[in-house]
Amino acid sequence: MAEPTTTRETSLGSVGGPDAVLAPAPAALPADVAAAPAPGRGPGRVRTALGWVPVVGLGLLVAAAVVGPALAGADPRDVDLSAVLEPPSREHPLGTDSSGRDVLQRSLSGLRVSLTVGLVAALAAGLVGTVVGVLAGTLGGWVDRVTMRVVDAIAAVPHLLLGIFVVALFRPSLGAVVASVALTHWVSTARVVRAVVLSVRERDYVDAAVVAGASRWSLARRHHVPAVAPHALLAWSLMVPHAIMHESALSFLGLGLPPHLPSLGTMIASGQGALLAGQWWPAVVPGAFVVALGLCTIGATGRLRRRWSARLPSEERW
Amino acid sequence: MRPRWRAVGVLVARRMALAVPVLVVVSVGLFGLVAASPFDPVRAYLGDRVMVTSQDTRDALAERLGTEAGFGERWLTWVQATATGDLGTSLVFRQPVAEVVSDRLGWSLLLSGTGLGVGLLLALVLGTLAAVRPDGPLDRAISTAAATVESVPSFFLGLLALWLFAVVLGVAPAGGLTDPGEPVTAEQVLRHLWLPAGVLAVLSTPWLVLFARQSLRLALADDYVAGALARGVSPRRVLLTHAAPAAAPGFLALLGARLPELVTGAILIETVFSWPGVGAASVRAALAVDVSLLAALTVLGTAAVLLGTLLADALAALVDPRVATDG
Repeated sequence: MAEPTTTRETSLGSVGGPDAVLAPAPAALPADVAAAPAPGRGPGRVRTALGWVPVVGLGLLVAAAVVGPALAGADPRDVDLSAVLEPPSREHPLGTDSSGRDVLQRSLSGLRVSLTVGLVAALAAGLVGTVVGVLAGTLGGWVDRVTMRVVDAIAAVPHLLLGIFVVALFRPSLGAVVASVALTHWVSTARVVRAVVLSVRERDYVDAAVVAGASRWSLARRHHVPAVAPHALLAWSLMVPHAIMHESALSFLGLGLPPHLPSLGTMIASGQGALLAGQWWPAVVPGAFVVALGLCTIGATGRLRRRWSARLPSEERW
Repeated sequence: MRPRWRAVGVLVARRMALAVPVLVVVSVGLFGLVAASPFDPVRAYLGDRVMVTSQDTRDALAERLGTEAGFGERWLTWVQATATGDLGTSLVFRQPVAEVVSDRLGWSLLLSGTGLGVGLLLALVLGTLAAVRPDGPLDRAISTAAATVESVPSFFLGLLALWLFAVVLGVAPAGGLTDPGEPVTAEQVLRHLWLPAGVLAVLSTPWLVLFARQSLRLALADDYVAGALARGVSPRRVLLTHAAPAAAPGFLALLGARLPELVTGAILIETVFSWPGVGAASVRAALAVDVSLLAALTVLGTAAVLLGTLLADALAALVDPRVATDG
């Protein structure tokens, strides 16, 4: 991701930007209309700094997932039945679970699993969705119809139901979980992307391009893909945390990853009993990791979206 | 603007007809998955008893369950049985699948309907407030709150709510439809409904708010809004009569596209709160590899989502003449 050059990116994420201050009180509509971004104005420094929080947070989480388990030393699978459900202490900074395993160590291992599954699955799903959406929207006709019927069929199966179905049949395995996330999630991106392409196709400047003799390929490249990109990115950015949660949910239900991979969802499920008996740490600590992961991925991808959106003409900005 | 009843009617009829092949594709896909998996119906039927059952008995059972047939033949049998209303027998609940579903569907609809209704209301109000004053303090607060809730897994939020309200505060029951042993009365159900329904509302609000805000902001940035404002039309009127109708179809389409998520949320919340709905039943079916129940529930969930998507698309086409009615 490129560095933000100036305060420009802060005013772009939002159509009104700093101009909103000048807007009349009842409703700030004129600020929206005056959509011209105003680089170099507004309380940019603070916001730019705040905008980095999720990016830094995501970096820290990734670092923790990569080196954390090794730094923490002992095996997260070590069972110590003499230290069951101990509250946070010097020895166990975030307590122990109902088998006396260190909650922090297990959470770090779980974080690694969740991140891997989420990123791989969302990447695959987003790419497939964008390609299919642009193809269907650009080619139109029977290709579009057949594609969208297939998309309808897959999209119509609730994600978790299909995920449950796949995992229940194929025994818990990492591949099955990744596949179930990727297979169920690409369709939402494809739909959004196709809808944008269809709407862009009706615009005058696209008609002008057609009249000027533009080929389908150049229409897709020059007009459809650029128009689609921010929309696809928003759908995608909402998908990464969702993919992470899909895995956590499957694992929480006891249907996710195999038991030897300590997943955050599995940990929350096994901490459920303790939570309802008043010991919060075995469930809340892995839960907090999932939430932090979700927040940081949403925040970081949201930044990316704003920067993309900045390059678009105002009428296509979200 | 004249609503295109005729065109939309054609769209609805066409989609209804197309729902059939979609359901066929989905059910064939499910049967294909079962056939490709290491799942063994005889083993599933017998459970632990498989260890002490003779080969003869197992063979007889396999014949009775029809597992010797190819997957195409099994699918045909299933379709024929389904057409006559026989969805098979659930292994987990030891009763016909149709009965399992009919016993539980109402409770699921009550919970999800209440949750989505409250969430939609919240989202439209908050999304509009956020969109009219972009980047204002309220917009930022709403966007931040929405992103925060969005990043909390539904089952975790449910657990936290259960912990806070049932364990710490003691103001809500710890799940179920009624207190143990109590008859099903409106008072009992309401007392058990408000917490899971509230959690579902809070869960469905974030993405609804973001979509409402995005659709409205896109509409507000359009030229005709500038034109109306330049003519001296009041901002409130512009918002309600120019921007909102233009924003509606995008919002509706996204709402339709995200319906499966609602089912997903319902499954997890029902499980966390021990709500006797179809969602919790599907989890029990999956854990026990109760394929006949799971397949029926998956096809049912698919049909429900198809219906919801159709409604959303028909509404979008009704309110916006720019939306194509596929043919």
